[in-house]
Amino acid sequence: MYDLIVVGGGPAGLAAASAAWEKGVKKILILERDRELGGILNQCIHNGFGVKTFGEALSGPEYADRFERMVAESGIEVKTDTMVLDIDENRNVSAVNPVDGYVTYKAKAVILAMGCRERTRGAISIPGTRPAGIFSAGTAQRYMNIDGFMVGKRVVILGSGDIGLIMARRMTLEGAKVLACVEVMPVSSGLRANIARCLDDFGIPLLLSHTVTDIRGNKRITGVTVQEVDSRMVPIPGTEQYFDCDTLLLSVGLVPENELTKKAGIGLDPRTRGAYVFENRETENEGVFACGNVLHVHDLVDYVSEEARFAGEAVADYIENGERPKESFLLTTSGGVTYTVPQRIRKDSGMKLVNIYLRINRKVKKGDIVISADDMEIARYHKENLAPGEMITVALPSVLMQKVSGSDMMDVSLEEVP
Amino acid sequence: MREMTCLECPRGCQLSIDEESLEVTGNSCEKGEAFARAEITNPVRVLTTTAVIESGTDAMLPVRTQDPIPKSRMFEAMRFIKSLRVKAPVEVGDVLVRDLVGTGVALIATKSVKK
Repeated sequence: MYDLIVVGGGPAGLAAASAAWEKGVKKILILERDRELGGILNQCIHNGFGVKTFGEALSGPEYADRFERMVAESGIEVKTDTMVLDIDENRNVSAVNPVDGYVTYKAKAVILAMGCRERTRGAISIPGTRPAGIFSAGTAQRYMNIDGFMVGKRVVILGSGDIGLIMARRMTLEGAKVLACVEVMPVSSGLRANIARCLDDFGIPLLLSHTVTDIRGNKRITGVTVQEVDSRMVPIPGTEQYFDCDTLLLSVGLVPENELTKKAGIGLDPRTRGAYVFENRETENEGVFACGNVLHVHDLVDYVSEEARFAGEAVADYIENGERPKESFLLTTSGGVTYTVPQRIRKDSGMKLVNIYLRINRKVKKGDIVISADDMEIARYHKENLAPGEMITVALPSVLMQKVSGSDMMDVSLEEVP
Repeated sequence: MREMTCLECPRGCQLSIDEESLEVTGNSCEKGEAFARAEITNPVRVLTTTAVIESGTDAMLPVRTQDPIPKSRMFEAMRFIKSLRVKAPVEVGDVLVRDLVGTGVALIATKSVKK
């Protein structure tokens, strides 16, 4: 019997496990399907991780190394090459690996830290042929940075998510010509800093409100047609541009990898595509927690680590004191707030401040995040330079929630300020 | 006036610098001010890439410059790193090249790779 089993040994799993260990949880097991710990950080060789956590800019593998050391110096058990197949309602975790075969472990608590996967061409339905040379940006990143294979020479990137931007620079440095980065939305979902250092530094054009409307080539891709789109994202006739390319990278978003969560019967929020969680990151199933990109897609690994440490500490509290009463506020969203994490805040959370993470649907120069219940304003936070690509955090004092008497709901909304 | 995005941290402040007086606005910290001045005189970046590693458990070794190097030297540095053959084992932080293409900046390993 383990106190805690962590599913996934990426940044979330490593931080959650080490935080739980530091809080006194003794029998911890991390299950990782890859041959090594670190998750996606191993292929993110670029710089800029850890500014918040360590006060210096590290590459992905360096950032992972810091957490791997913490785990190695603790008594946390790790099994790599191990695929978790099933988690049942009694927290029996079934997994398979080449050494132990098929095994079932029992745990007092489970942390889901499986991270996310990339959306694919199928998810965005681009017309055209089915040649080789079309990669999700993260797959290309793995081929190049882990395996050492150059994936192409003349490249178009569809989508301006951060991985796409990072790959634009990476491929340029390795000698490829990146012809354009094409984004269907009028704004990029990538960090402003990444647009500057990955595209602008190398003179790579960013075509906003444009998309790929045709793919050509039989064996290998030979080119793509790019068209401007109108405000309803419909391609505008007469705006076709043809790019002669041998590679198309897709950076069209990430989807939390929740097959295990679904199988376990845990409720998923269609907005985040992650589990519904309470303020301590516990899901609807008692003793099962979730954190990191499997819960909602974060902008920075630093935020993943922060959330995961918090979840690890919450597990320590759960193991010591049992589950807190489920009586809680349900958070609703309006005015352009697209989701919140957590979705529920317990009335007796035992916390002075509850951090609420949220995203909005448009760029706003100045705006207030307003929390209300029963049409009564509970809290208001002034924010500047808001964008869909950048997560917003507000800290709600528990004393303010105690003022709410008649309702079990709280609404989180965005009000623009002139 | 020149406009730019600060690259010192993920916050990405929008900076403006007066090219004559070198006065910087839009920054939230001191780093932003220094960044904007460097950007119009000698823009620098940390270079990250991979090098071939021999007899190790991995095919490629992720590497970076210990400090930023001039932007104008990036492709020259890339050509040099391509010619490197690193021998495993390597520890994270190991100096692979003391002075990368005469920039005075070291190239370091960013991952430990066992033999």
